[in-house]
Amino acid sequence: MKIKALLLGAIASTALAPMAMAERGSDGNVSIIYWQAPSILNPFLSGGTKDVEAASLVIEPLARYDQDGNMVPYLAAEIPTVENGGVSEDLTSITWKIAPGLTWSDGTPFTAADVKFTADYCMHPEGGCAQLTKFEGVTSVEALDDLTVKVTFDKPTPFPYGPFVGGESPIIQKAQFENCMGAKAPECTEQNFNPVGTGPFVVTEFKPNDVITFKANDNYRDPNKPAFATVTFKGGGDATAAGRAVMETGEFDYAWNLQLAPEVIAQMQAGGKGTPVAGFGPLVERIMLNQTNPSPDLPEGERSTAKHPHPFLTDPAVYKAMSLAIDRPLLVEIGYGQAGKVTCNWVPAPAAFNSDTFTCDKQDIEGAKAMLEEAGYKDTNGDGIRETPDGVPMKVVYQTSTNAVRQDFQALIKEWWGQIGIETELRNINASVFFGGDPGSPDTFQKFYADVQMYANTFNGTDPQAYLGNLLCDKAPRPETQWQGENISRWCNPEYDALHAELAKTAGLEARAEIAKKLNDMAVEGGAMIPLVHRGRLSAHSNTLGGVVLNVWDSELWNIADWHRKTGS
Amino acid sequence: MTDKERFVPDEGLAPASTALPSAGPMEELTSPPRSQWRDVWDQFKTHKGAMIGAMLFILIVASVYLGPFFWDIDPTKIDIRARNQGPSWEHPFGTDQLGRDMLARMMAGGATSVSVGITAMLLALFLGSFIGVLAGFFKKLDGPLMRLTDLFLALPLLPLLLVMMLLFREPLAATFGLERGIFILIVAAIGITSWMPTARIVRGDVLAIKEREFVMAARSIGTNNSKIISRHILPNVLSPIMVSATLGIATAIITESALSFLGLGFPPDFPTWGRLLFDGVDYLQQYPERVFWPGLAISLTVLSVNYLGDGLRDALDPRIRGR
Amino acid sequence: MLTFTIRRLILAVPTLLFISLVIFLLLEMAPGDPMAQVPLTVPPEVKEKMREALGLGQPMHVRFWKWIVQFFWIEPQVLIDHMFGTTFSEGDLRVISWQTRSPVMDIVVQRIPQTLWVVGTAYVVAILIALPIGIYSAYRQYSWFDQMGTFVSMVGFSVPPFFSGVLVIVIFSVQLGWFPSIYDTTHVVDSWDSFVVQLKQMIMPVMVLALQITAQLSRFMRASMLDNLNQDYVRTARAKGLSEYTVVMVHVLRNSMIPVVTVIALGIPSIFGGAIITEQVFKVNGIGQLLIGAIEANDLPMVQTLTFIFAVLIVLFNLIADVLYGILDPRIRYD
Repeated sequence: MKIKALLLGAIASTALAPMAMAERGSDGNVSIIYWQAPSILNPFLSGGTKDVEAASLVIEPLARYDQDGNMVPYLAAEIPTVENGGVSEDLTSITWKIAPGLTWSDGTPFTAADVKFTADYCMHPEGGCAQLTKFEGVTSVEALDDLTVKVTFDKPTPFPYGPFVGGESPIIQKAQFENCMGAKAPECTEQNFNPVGTGPFVVTEFKPNDVITFKANDNYRDPNKPAFATVTFKGGGDATAAGRAVMETGEFDYAWNLQLAPEVIAQMQAGGKGTPVAGFGPLVERIMLNQTNPSPDLPEGERSTAKHPHPFLTDPAVYKAMSLAIDRPLLVEIGYGQAGKVTCNWVPAPAAFNSDTFTCDKQDIEGAKAMLEEAGYKDTNGDGIRETPDGVPMKVVYQTSTNAVRQDFQALIKEWWGQIGIETELRNINASVFFGGDPGSPDTFQKFYADVQMYANTFNGTDPQAYLGNLLCDKAPRPETQWQGENISRWCNPEYDALHAELAKTAGLEARAEIAKKLNDMAVEGGAMIPLVHRGRLSAHSNTLGGVVLNVWDSELWNIADWHRKTGS
Repeated sequence: MTDKERFVPDEGLAPASTALPSAGPMEELTSPPRSQWRDVWDQFKTHKGAMIGAMLFILIVASVYLGPFFWDIDPTKIDIRARNQGPSWEHPFGTDQLGRDMLARMMAGGATSVSVGITAMLLALFLGSFIGVLAGFFKKLDGPLMRLTDLFLALPLLPLLLVMMLLFREPLAATFGLERGIFILIVAAIGITSWMPTARIVRGDVLAIKEREFVMAARSIGTNNSKIISRHILPNVLSPIMVSATLGIATAIITESALSFLGLGFPPDFPTWGRLLFDGVDYLQQYPERVFWPGLAISLTVLSVNYLGDGLRDALDPRIRGR
Repeated sequence: MLTFTIRRLILAVPTLLFISLVIFLLLEMAPGDPMAQVPLTVPPEVKEKMREALGLGQPMHVRFWKWIVQFFWIEPQVLIDHMFGTTFSEGDLRVISWQTRSPVMDIVVQRIPQTLWVVGTAYVVAILIALPIGIYSAYRQYSWFDQMGTFVSMVGFSVPPFFSGVLVIVIFSVQLGWFPSIYDTTHVVDSWDSFVVQLKQMIMPVMVLALQITAQLSRFMRASMLDNLNQDYVRTARAKGLSEYTVVMVHVLRNSMIPVVTVIALGIPSIFGGAIITEQVFKVNGIGQLLIGAIEANDLPMVQTLTFIFAVLIVLFNLIADVLYGILDPRIRYD
């Protein structure tokens, strides 16, 4: 009898679930916690992930990336390609068709003029738009008719999906932002805090750096979505508290980016109220190897520049031995657990771009020692530190930003390098200084006044062309460029530059992936860096929250319209 | 900028000391003259809590500075197979997430914390009493010095620390080495940002004392200012100064841990008690001993220093000492 | 006394201007960059443009002057407009935060309620607990009550809030599930039930903060009482045949309040300054959290404005402390 009742109940609840989802606003409130609080809801004025993701509930791009990195149309009718004629044969223009019948949350129609306006807004020279790279190479954006937009590039662009694709490049309403162009952008507080959008929710109250409340958008294109009537988006605090609030106390439904020790996550999961989910983008924790000499004895302006090559780090035997001495699986286990994987590659994702040339999941101290021995790096004076054939002792300064996991990694790697006879001096620098880019400070990662440094980097979207461009010879930071530039290790290989130029001309995913893998292999083989850990994103959601699909290629909240409360749980 | 920094360190505690000594005047007449410090010591000895506090404090200081000679495991030595262990004979306090010995780390952390506490307290005390006495005693200096105090009270500690880090880290690190450089920086930062309450309290007391009859009497017989300050004012404000001193050590240790929490203190790989406590907080549920030991160490130090300070206060107060 | 107060008030103006300059210069010299939190995927050229859009390209004195004008001239106008519905400030640029691109003062006004609720309550609670404890501990010096009070307050003082906060969260939110671990700043108190909810979410941060404040204040009260209980005038008062209550609560207390009042007055600005660590642990997101967030993001206009408001309050309450000194202790003369 009891069993029957239970069964009936189960049937009833499964039958109810789709019904419950079938109505907008029927599931009440969903609460999200980000341990970094959003400060603005206009992604064009802030590059921060927290702001981009909070805004993604309200404003949407023409197309988004899904959890596998494929493009899916959102406001567009379809993804333009060369095959369907959306992208011109010469790869210099792309024409987007907008889905018909879309309206803004204020009820006015969504037109091509809004898309064109968004481009003008971001490309305004005085606006200080954070997403300008999305519009790189764009010469014009025209509204051909109410539902057609044509983007023209200055040269053949095999990957024309920069503008209007992904959470960083959403469409804003022309009527609302018309008077906010250029220098006026910061004055439009009301607009920046409460943008009119096409997304599933609209802002009811925005408390900067604290909390945002949203309610369902009455004019959302799917009449049955979103399932939740309101959203509370709380910001601030720390990752531990956010994880605890979702997985242990159940106060919140979703917690973003829990960078916590694996054991702490496991303990929280035992709380039984929530589940961690992990996803992997192209984020790689790596050690950059300085190709130039950072010795403080060199005069300012020559230190860490191409004028003086590094005494030993450019030798393959040295950086390969250093890489061999590292126990990557252990690093993953200690630092990232579920949210980390061993990688030997600079571009480990998307899967099509992940090279399989190298293996590096075995530590081999003896092999590393032999390698150094063979190349003539011997400990001649018996102090436990090897010297180069020229008699320079192998001492390296190893810097990174201040962060508990990074300092643990430093301590471990220092130990391992010590075992193969390389002495390491550790330094850590406050992150806001290290990544700050102040040309006057000696401690920025661009200046690289150290032999090796560790940090993580990634790219947005799924195309690594611009990211691979980071290692081009002319991108090295140097005094002439006010120490700006992305080629942090000052690595330079003309062959690499030539191959990269070819990538910029090649269309077709497979061909591009082929070249990208080659570039990746050249960089790793050539000793620009030692990749350590492929880092994922670990978020947690409540066990009663359904429809969560963790997406690392776009905003994590990309499909919040599909989120719903699980019934019967 | 910490939650408590605006507060004035207060006085310590007054534990079960014995009643006032029933000194026999007859014996004193026959005994040889006694030095003032002898009297202070005699009074101090009678203060049980102070004696316990003093012994405990000496014990803590001895174990953090001398302990490493007996427990010679390197606090930075990593033994990855033995990580996250509970207490055992090999590692009495267990090991941390990299398999480093917690006892060794507690000693190393304590050495830093206690040194920061004592040095920063001395610096703050010196600055505070100096400025407080000057401001209270010399009317002309009062205005400017109190504005200076206001200025310092109004300065935000965090940006100040960042500025100090930028301006002085390289030269300090070059002269004293990286860790010593940061140590000097943090001591200076805590010292420079925590002398103001002492200064205000001392000034307030000096303002009141200098109107007292005995100071007027001293002045009337032509005693010069420096003599009045050193003979009459200072001994009378010694009590609030000692009070500030005792909690000054505690405040400095706690400020240092707050700086660790905000990511501005010693780097994560450089243990201090505050840092160890902060690192342990995430593991509160799995490995409670990781917060227990540093928490206990901080509390014991603060307690012992306080009882010590209280005993000193009684011993130094001529009204109590003089029967 | 009145001339003294007026003179000090007038003197406060140049002092505050000087303080604002010092704060400005300090922040200018500080390392760090408002673009440091922008992801590495944004290239340096774009960051440079964003910096220019924030007005960072202008020379230092121009920016300082702009801030002075905005803070002392335009912001008061906004306040007047807000109160009387006038339009003096229309079209003028206010002090704009770099993080949010919105007027700093609006955010400050938004943050004050939660800070006052939590930190203010903690302060009041702490004073209400600390003064009686301090007085009684001193009166019954070395008693069992005194010993316990001392011990508890010392332990309370020595435990950093980032530890005690997490400890109470683990006990009361995770294990017992009595109180929420995250403070809801959108909560509106409009009925008894919602007031109960507000109390529930306030109780842990107030506990943690009040413990620290009580610990210090009660010690201070006790010390001050002890100093006075041994004085000759107390003996005189008792000899006159005054009741013990009158002696302690009127004569001794009034004299003992002098240093305590200073401490309390000096502490009041810190209510507005918020409690950085406690606010962060409980996600109260008040002024303290605003300041630390702004410092981390190198939001200089925000840090400058907040620290300056803080400076004004400190100068003001120092003045109040001095005036109270004079009222409580007529021996102190200001002239």
